[in-house]
Amino acid sequence: MVQLVFYVFATILVGSAAMVISARNPVHSVLFLILAFFNAAGLFLVAGAEFLAMILVIVYVGAVAVLFLFVVMMLDIDFTKMREGLQRYAPIGGVVGCILFVELVMAGLHWGMSPVMPAPITGGLGQPGGAATNTGALGNLIYTHYILLFQLCGLVLLVAMIGAITLTLRDRPMGRRQIISRQHERKRADTLEMMNLPLGQGTDANGGFIRPNDSYYVTAVPGSYGVPAAEKREPGEGDAE
Amino acid sequence: MNWILALPEIVLAVSGLLILSVGVLTKKGHAFLPSATLSIAAFVVTGFLVALSPGGVGYDGLFVVDAFARFIKLLAIVGGVVAIALSVGYTNEHRELPFEMPILVLFSTLGAMVMASSTNLMTLFVGLELSSLAIYVLCALERDRLGSAEAGLKYFILGSLASGLLLYGVSLVYGYAGTMEYAPIAAEINSAGILPIGLVIGMVFVIVGLAFKLSAVPFHMWTPDVYQGAPTPVTAYMAGAPKFAAFALILRVMAGPFGAMSPRWQLLIEVIAALSMLFGSFAAIPQRNIKRLMAYSSIGHMGYAMMGLAAASPAGTTGTLVYLTTYLIMNAGTFGVITAMRRQGREVTEISDIAGLGRTNPGLALVLAICMFSMIGVPPLAGFFGKFMVFAAAWNAGLYPLIAVGVVSAIVGAFYYLRIVKVAYFDPAAPAFDRPAPSVSFVSIAMGLATVLFLIGLGPISEAAQAAAQALIG
Repeated sequence: MVQLVFYVFATILVGSAAMVISARNPVHSVLFLILAFFNAAGLFLVAGAEFLAMILVIVYVGAVAVLFLFVVMMLDIDFTKMREGLQRYAPIGGVVGCILFVELVMAGLHWGMSPVMPAPITGGLGQPGGAATNTGALGNLIYTHYILLFQLCGLVLLVAMIGAITLTLRDRPMGRRQIISRQHERKRADTLEMMNLPLGQGTDANGGFIRPNDSYYVTAVPGSYGVPAAEKREPGEGDAE
Repeated sequence: MNWILALPEIVLAVSGLLILSVGVLTKKGHAFLPSATLSIAAFVVTGFLVALSPGGVGYDGLFVVDAFARFIKLLAIVGGVVAIALSVGYTNEHRELPFEMPILVLFSTLGAMVMASSTNLMTLFVGLELSSLAIYVLCALERDRLGSAEAGLKYFILGSLASGLLLYGVSLVYGYAGTMEYAPIAAEINSAGILPIGLVIGMVFVIVGLAFKLSAVPFHMWTPDVYQGAPTPVTAYMAGAPKFAAFALILRVMAGPFGAMSPRWQLLIEVIAALSMLFGSFAAIPQRNIKRLMAYSSIGHMGYAMMGLAAASPAGTTGTLVYLTTYLIMNAGTFGVITAMRRQGREVTEISDIAGLGRTNPGLALVLAICMFSMIGVPPLAGFFGKFMVFAAAWNAGLYPLIAVGVVSAIVGAFYYLRIVKVAYFDPAAPAFDRPAPSVSFVSIAMGLATVLFLIGLGPISEAAQAAAQALIG
C-alpha cells in the first residue's frame, strides 16, 4: 500500500517536473511547479517527515510559487526569446545531466554510514525520554531551548522591515490620497448645478440624433476631427464577421 | 525562571516596539522629537536595569550576565544616548532625519548588548547581525545625498562579506568542536592533544569577521568612506557602541573558548594591532575632511585597544576596557563639535572650516582642543590613562616590539591631532559657525568636562573594569 502511494506521488512529481520545463505557457509552468511541490510534500509524508512536508507546502507553495506566479504575470518577459538557444545548449545540458546521473548512481551504490558516526538519536530531541514527533522535537528546540535566538531573529527581521520602509517610502506631495471623510461630506449641491435650458438650444442634429454642439460624436463625420484618414476604418470592411 | 536575566534587553526591545508605534501614529514631520526623547528615556531605564541586573547564565547556556557584560552594556548605552542627543541637534530645516533613526539606534544597541552577553556562537552571530543591520540602514538614512547612499551600500556589501566569513569560521569551529557553547569548546580544546587544523582555521575566520567590525587593519577599507558619508550622529554612534560590542566579543571569545590557544592567536592579534596603529596614524596625515580623519583615528585607537588584548592577561583586558571608556568619552566630545560645525544651517566638515574657531567660538574650540590632547594621550586627560594601562600591560607581557610600534604611531598621531588644534587657534579665522543646538552643546561640554575630570572617576571605572576582566578570565 505504501509503495503504491509512493509510486503515485513519484510519478506525478516527475511528470509535473517535466511539464514545468516543457509547458509553453509560463503560467502553466508555475502551476505545474506547485503540483510538483505538493507531490514532493506527499513523498515526505510517506517517509515520515511530516515537518518537512508542512514547511514545503507553506514556504514553497505559499510564498515562493505564488511569488513566481506574480513575476510571470506582472513582468513582460518574452519566453519564446528565452527558449531560442534550446537547440544549441541541449548537448551541453545533456552531458551535465549524464554526469550528474552517473555520480548519483555511484553515490547510491556505495552509500553507507561512517563507523565513527555516533548512533542516530532516537526518541525526543532535547526531551528527556519519551518519543516525540519531528514537529514536537523541533518545536521544543526552537521555542523552548532557543527561544532567545528565535525572538532575536524576529527583531532582526523587524529591523530589516523598518529599514526597507525608511529607505524606500517617499512622501509624494503629488500623490492623490483618498480622504474618506471628505468624500462622505460631499453633497450633491457641491458638484452638480441644475440648469434650466430651453429645448433644443445648443444642439445639432447629427446622424439622426440630437447631440450637444462640439461634442465628440459630431466628429463621427469621417476625417473631421484630426483623426488621420488612414486610420479610419472603411465602412463595410470586416462587417461580415 | 531565568528569563529575568535578559530583563534589560526585553525592556529595551519592547520599548523600541512601543516607540515605533508612537512614531507611526504621530503626525508626519513631528515624530522625531518624541521618538528621540522616548528612546533616551528607554536607554536610561535600561541602564539602571543593567546596573542592577543579577548575574548568571540563562536560556540554556545562550546568555550570560556578569560584570564584563554589564560594563560593555553600560558603555554601549552611553554611546546610544550620545548619538541620539546629537541627532536631535542635527535635524534642522536643511537636514532632516526620519523618526526611525533613534529606533534603529535603539535596536542596534540592543544587538550590541546581546553580543556582550553571548556565551554561544549563535548568540554572538544573531546579536552581531541585529547590530550591523540597523547600522547599514542608519548609514543610508540621508538617501538623497550620494555620499550617504554610498556609505550604506558599501558598508552593507562589505559587512555581509565579513558576516559570511564569521559564519564560515563558526561552522568550522562547530564542525571540529561539536558544540557552539563557549565553555564546552574550551573543554574540547583543552582535552585535544593536537589541535585539529580546522579548528584553528575556524578561529582565524572568527577573528577576521570581528576585526572587520572593529575596522582593524587589514579589514579597514570601508571605514573612511562610511564614516564620511554617514550622517554625523550616525558616525558618532558607529565609532562607539558597535565597536565596544565587537571588542566585547573578541575579548570573550579569545578569553573563553580559545583561551587555551592563546599562543596561537597572540601573534595574529599583535600583527593586527601594530598594523592598525601604524596605518591609523600615517594615513590620517593627508586627510582634509574631519570625519574622514576621525575614521583613521578610530582605526588607530582600535589598534591601541587591541594591544591590551594581545597581552592576554587580566591587566591587559582591564586596560582595554578602560581604553574603550576613555575613547567613548573623547570621541563623543569630538563628534559633538563636528555636529556643531554648521554655517547657515548647512553642515561643513573640512578641517579648514574650523580655522580660527578659538576666536569665533572659544567654548567649542576648547572642547575640541581638550579632546585632541586627550586622543594624543596627554596627562591628566582621559586618553592618557587608557594608553598608560594598555602600554603597561603590554610591557608586563613582554610585547616590546608592539610597544615600540605603539610609541612611534602615538608620536605620528600627535602631529595630526595637534594640527587640528593649530588650525582652530592660530589660522586666520573662517566665518563663524551657527549657534549650536542645545543638545549638541550639552553633549560637547559634558564630554569635554568628563575628559578633563576623568581622574576623579578613574578609581571606580578601573575597579569595574578589573571586576569585568576577572569575570572574563576568572
